Amino acid sequence: MDGKTEIVDLPESNAEFRAMADQKYKYGFVTDIESETAPKGLSEDTIRFISAKKDEPEWLLEWRLRAYRAWLTMEDPEWAKLDFPAIDFQDAYYYSAPKQKAGPKSLDEVDPELLRTYEKLGIPLREQEILAGVEPGEGERMPIAVDAVFDSVSVATTFRKVLSDAGVIFCPISEAVQNHPELVRKYLGSVVPYSDNSYATLNSAVFTDGSFAYIPPGVRCPMELSTYFRINAKNTGQFERTLIIADKGSYVSYLEGCTAPQRDENQLHAAVVELVALDDAEIKYSTVQNWYPGDENGKGGIYNFVTKRGACRGRNSKISWTQVETGSAITWKYPSCILQGDNSVGEFYSVAITNNFQQADTGTKMIHIGKNTKSRIISKGISAGHGQNTYRGLVRVLPRAEGARNYTQCDSLLIGHTSGAHTVPYIESRNASATIEHEATTAKISDDQLFYCRQRGLSTEDAVALIVNGFCREVMQKLPMEFAVEAQKLIGISLEGSVG
Amino acid sequence: MSTALSTSPVWLSALRAEGAARFEQTGLPTQRQEAWKYTGLNRLKSFGFEPSPAGSSVAAPLILVEGTAHRLVFVNGRFDAAQSTIGTLPKDVVLTGLADLLRNQPERVEPLLGKRAQAGQRPMVALNTAWLDDGVVLIVPRGVAVDSPIEITFLAGDTTAACHPRLIISLGDNAEAVLVERHLGSAAGGLANQVAEIDLGAGANLRHYVLHAEPAASMAVETVSATVGRDAQYRCFALTAGGGLVRREVEVSLQQPGATAQVDGAYLVDGERHSDTTILIDHQAAHCSSRQTQKGVIDDDGRAVFQGKILVRPGAQKTDGYQLSQTLLLSPQAEIDVKPELEIHADDVKCSHGATVGRLDADALFFLRARGIPEAEARALLIQGFIGGALYEIDRPAVRESFGLAAADWLRGRSQPSRNAESTAS
Repeated sequence: MDGKTEIVDLPESNAEFRAMADQKYKYGFVTDIESETAPKGLSEDTIRFISAKKDEPEWLLEWRLRAYRAWLTMEDPEWAKLDFPAIDFQDAYYYSAPKQKAGPKSLDEVDPELLRTYEKLGIPLREQEILAGVEPGEGERMPIAVDAVFDSVSVATTFRKVLSDAGVIFCPISEAVQNHPELVRKYLGSVVPYSDNSYATLNSAVFTDGSFAYIPPGVRCPMELSTYFRINAKNTGQFERTLIIADKGSYVSYLEGCTAPQRDENQLHAAVVELVALDDAEIKYSTVQNWYPGDENGKGGIYNFVTKRGACRGRNSKISWTQVETGSAITWKYPSCILQGDNSVGEFYSVAITNNFQQADTGTKMIHIGKNTKSRIISKGISAGHGQNTYRGLVRVLPRAEGARNYTQCDSLLIGHTSGAHTVPYIESRNASATIEHEATTAKISDDQLFYCRQRGLSTEDAVALIVNGFCREVMQKLPMEFAVEAQKLIGISLEGSVG
Repeated sequence: MSTALSTSPVWLSALRAEGAARFEQTGLPTQRQEAWKYTGLNRLKSFGFEPSPAGSSVAAPLILVEGTAHRLVFVNGRFDAAQSTIGTLPKDVVLTGLADLLRNQPERVEPLLGKRAQAGQRPMVALNTAWLDDGVVLIVPRGVAVDSPIEITFLAGDTTAACHPRLIISLGDNAEAVLVERHLGSAAGGLANQVAEIDLGAGANLRHYVLHAEPAASMAVETVSATVGRDAQYRCFALTAGGGLVRREVEVSLQQPGATAQVDGAYLVDGERHSDTTILIDHQAAHCSSRQTQKGVIDDDGRAVFQGKILVRPGAQKTDGYQLSQTLLLSPQAEIDVKPELEIHADDVKCSHGATVGRLDADALFFLRARGIPEAEARALLIQGFIGGALYEIDRPAVRESFGLAAADWLRGRSQPSRNAESTAS
């Protein structure tokens, strides 16, 4: 960091910031809803149960069972710089759905308790609320279509009409299986095969819901699509699966947010996200991950083991990942791009914060296959307390990738002498015409910067939040506006108590 | 086993047995091990590791660096006293073949052997230990400086066998020495599996220069383990211009405040050669600094690997670590794998690394061609400039000059199919 950090928006007023900071993990409530769960443990029966519940076609059940059998033979990856006890996969529920009569026909039929939960979370689930929630003067901002996933089941999807008028399909994946089986069958598992890694394989076997989006050729999706994930029930794992297909010349921006209640035991979240961009298409995928990180002694929290991968199949396609990772006890996540089409572009912008005893091993893979493919990686890691933060990335240029270009920048910020920041980049080039640049730095917040801010009347915590937000600015700028404000606040809260 | 081995002291036999047992257990390193991810040793699968019998003789070339007063020559891993010259050394300095010292004064070797480079997790060190027999011992007592460079030349006769030399370098407080290692190998093939154990006392200063100029049939695996004391300095430069497979694994432990390490190098790879440079700088104490500059030029079907790690242990505050890796790919089939790694467990540190991979700058090439310089020459000039940037890190002018000549030799011979690496000798 240089000394001339600009003053970026300090999270609202200090008073509001303080109020938020005092809340600690404000999403740590449990919603008291009756839920329907599958028997504990994992077996073929569990998978048949899930498949039957979802009324799935035979091919999907077969696919799930293939994945399950593969999973039985696989070992969990151990190369990440993460330290946690072995997971007992039998000690969890693999299906938990809020109990309700048939499928909700409209929002009125959704359990009001559930809607209150989303209100608490601040998700604009009801369309009128979104409209009411839009701040004056920013009316031109596009509203957001939300698909909310509660434990294992998608509970509501908004703005369907507007979207379907544009030809966009946005619905829970279980619904897509029923209504658009040809699309699902064609693309499901085509980017992340069921045998990819043990967590993705487990997901393939037991995934319960998630979002599905298809943008037809030449359509610019009229609004941002969003999914909100929440784990509520005890001892459940959440295995959602997201599949987004941007057909030729289309564009979509997709947002993802996550929260979970505060619990003492660890909960598993093993999601799979697959993106497919065809010729001239662009997908922008943004995540603000705020799963419960565990308490200040490292007790509880979510294990966030996620496989995210995008395939730039077509010429001139583009996939851009932006993530702000503040939650989870453990994060294991490498949103990647397979740059197959000529001139395709992959981007990865990441902020990962670990405080207390959180551990994060995150990064990306950029596989350059097509000619003139470009990738850009900006990673900002912040470690405080006993947090351990690892950037792990791969840039691979294959022989055919004439003129490939990569730029990588990984910066780490350390707060406190017990924290750790690690950088493990792999660079493999097999094409002489490729240009690859990689830079990494590690530093702490300098006393000069802190002094400068303190001298101007900021408290130490405000100063740290300000400096850290400045440190992350390159990534924050890539977030859609609605998320950027929330993410800035989150960064402040996540680092609360780390200095002084 | 030779007679030298059978008459060795009990502790030495035990050490060898331990190494042999360890290697038996681990076998050769595989690419499943992270440290060997990019270098496979398949070609060693059917290799007999037993050292070649003594007796063959190869004439050593002239001395590499001007002003070198001491030279130890090794043929097939065995000290060749006849070809070696040891000039006048300051009082109490020990510079000798390891086998001789083991025979005459084993008690001087015992405290130094196997202490830095432990066989534990390293199969190649275990293998070296199993066949431990000869090598170099350099002991410089406190306050003594050996001004003239010490050259160690490794030759191999017409043999395809292995040798397992061991270098033991121990510098007392404020002692100084300059070491030049030169590996010339043999056109017949063979493997040199070398281990160097280096211990630097407080304020000591070791300059360590390594030149690999073997023919392409020759293979070399080197493990260097150095510990650096308070305010001591370890500075090393390796030029890899030959060898079908050259792997250099360097681990430097900065154990006391003020210790510094500089590990630089250049690898020039052509044909189907493979070069692997793996470095670990272990910052164990506060106020230490480290620098790494590695430059690579890869042509033909060559492949190079650079893995460099800066580890900052808890409490190693005020660490200053820097690493730079730059690679030029000259041909469509060339491959480079780079893994610059940072592992940091302290907050008040300054660590950074940079890595670039690319080809010759088209603008620079155009600039030269526009001034009438033919393309081949312009390319050579640019490559030379690139390598020159690495050689610049050598702070002894005489060494820099000799290494520069070796690099220039590589550049000239690059396009010739059967380049004679021996020509770099003089």
